[in-house]
Amino acid sequence: MMHSLLLSLRGIGAHVIDGVWRLGLAMRFFSMTLLHSGQSFRRFHLIIREIFSSGVLSLIIILVSGLFVGMVLGLQGYETLRTYGSEEALGILVALSLVRELGPVVAALLFASRAGSAITAEIGLMKATEQLAAMEMMAVDPIARVVAPRFWGAVISMPILAALFSAMGILGGYLVGVMLIGIDSGAFWSQMQAAVDFREDILNGVLKSFVFGIAVTVIALFEGYDAPPTAEGVSRATTRTVVTSSLAILGLDFILTAFMFRGV
Amino acid sequence: MQRATLDLWVGIFVVAGIAALLFLALKVGNMSGFDSATSYMVKAEFDNIGGLKPRAPIKSAGVVVGRVSNIGFDAKTYAATVSMKIDSRYRFPKDTGASIMTSGLLGEQYIALEAGGDSKMLAEGDTLKLTQSAVVLENLIGQFLAGKADGEAKSTGPAKAEKGI
Repeated sequence: MMHSLLLSLRGIGAHVIDGVWRLGLAMRFFSMTLLHSGQSFRRFHLIIREIFSSGVLSLIIILVSGLFVGMVLGLQGYETLRTYGSEEALGILVALSLVRELGPVVAALLFASRAGSAITAEIGLMKATEQLAAMEMMAVDPIARVVAPRFWGAVISMPILAALFSAMGILGGYLVGVMLIGIDSGAFWSQMQAAVDFREDILNGVLKSFVFGIAVTVIALFEGYDAPPTAEGVSRATTRTVVTSSLAILGLDFILTAFMFRGV
Repeated sequence: MQRATLDLWVGIFVVAGIAALLFLALKVGNMSGFDSATSYMVKAEFDNIGGLKPRAPIKSAGVVVGRVSNIGFDAKTYAATVSMKIDSRYRFPKDTGASIMTSGLLGEQYIALEAGGDSKMLAEGDTLKLTQSAVVLENLIGQFLAGKADGEAKSTGPAKAEKGI
């Protein structure tokens, strides 16, 4: 009894120490990436290729899910607003919830599972097949050549994807609210325009997606770079990327929302 | 060849992102915020501002002409000082009155400006003299009850007591 209690306590301690150790390593990795990004900006075609693989290839999932999220918001919002007789406020509800919260957060969650996992798997496999070690042998810094372009490609893609998600969602809300249910189109847009502020709502949403992009990409890159060089290690690192970055997105979202929209 | 098609796709992607941002900025949001360059600041003191918040609209004849920029408390007069930014396209006379109104029954509170007849116009940093505080529902109910009790004491019936509102 005493022995098993002691063992579980030791397990918790080892977990915590391991977590702190990995956090420090990730921070060092992040600062190394930032230090080497100057070199990768001089070879911009590398970044463009990464924008293609993490941004353009995520476009379909982002656009389709944005449309459906907006359509669901339209239906659900209408049902609730109807009980107060203020169906025209549907535009405000759809636009504010997308631009402030759902656009950045859901786009980042999708991005983490679509592009983040791909980044982890790619870098993990590069490490497992000793391509990174081979680069070092040829005096090519793998952080400058492999990691930094992926970082900037994903960080540039993320706000664009979030903006596209919000725009598609509002279009979806318009489709359901105006085309399907029959809310007045003028009231839908004018109430939305009166309530949504460019600086307070839209720019804060873009800022959020930028922060999420940094968090997801750093986690994905670090998990790949730190993965044990085995098939099992790469698969576990990929899973961890999705889990950790989803939790990081939701946690950061709370902090950012508390700072941005306190109402005073 | 391979690189050219890839560049094209990334270009389309970035253009689509900018287009989405423009759509959000112009169609969804209101870009035409009042800048400090094209507005002037006016102050007003209220006994009670009710639920007025910074960035609340300032309306004249129902049209938004400015926004509340700051709300403070004057420890000497025990009154609320409200700073308002008014679009410099609209000039108001010096004896303009400001009152705090509610849009609808449960709506947001805003400041309504009623233009006076003075020939001098408001300038940057002026203070509005004529102000009317927000209506506080509890006071209203209290007045109504007091008026009713008063009316019953004089036995003039409930018809006159309603004037006590």
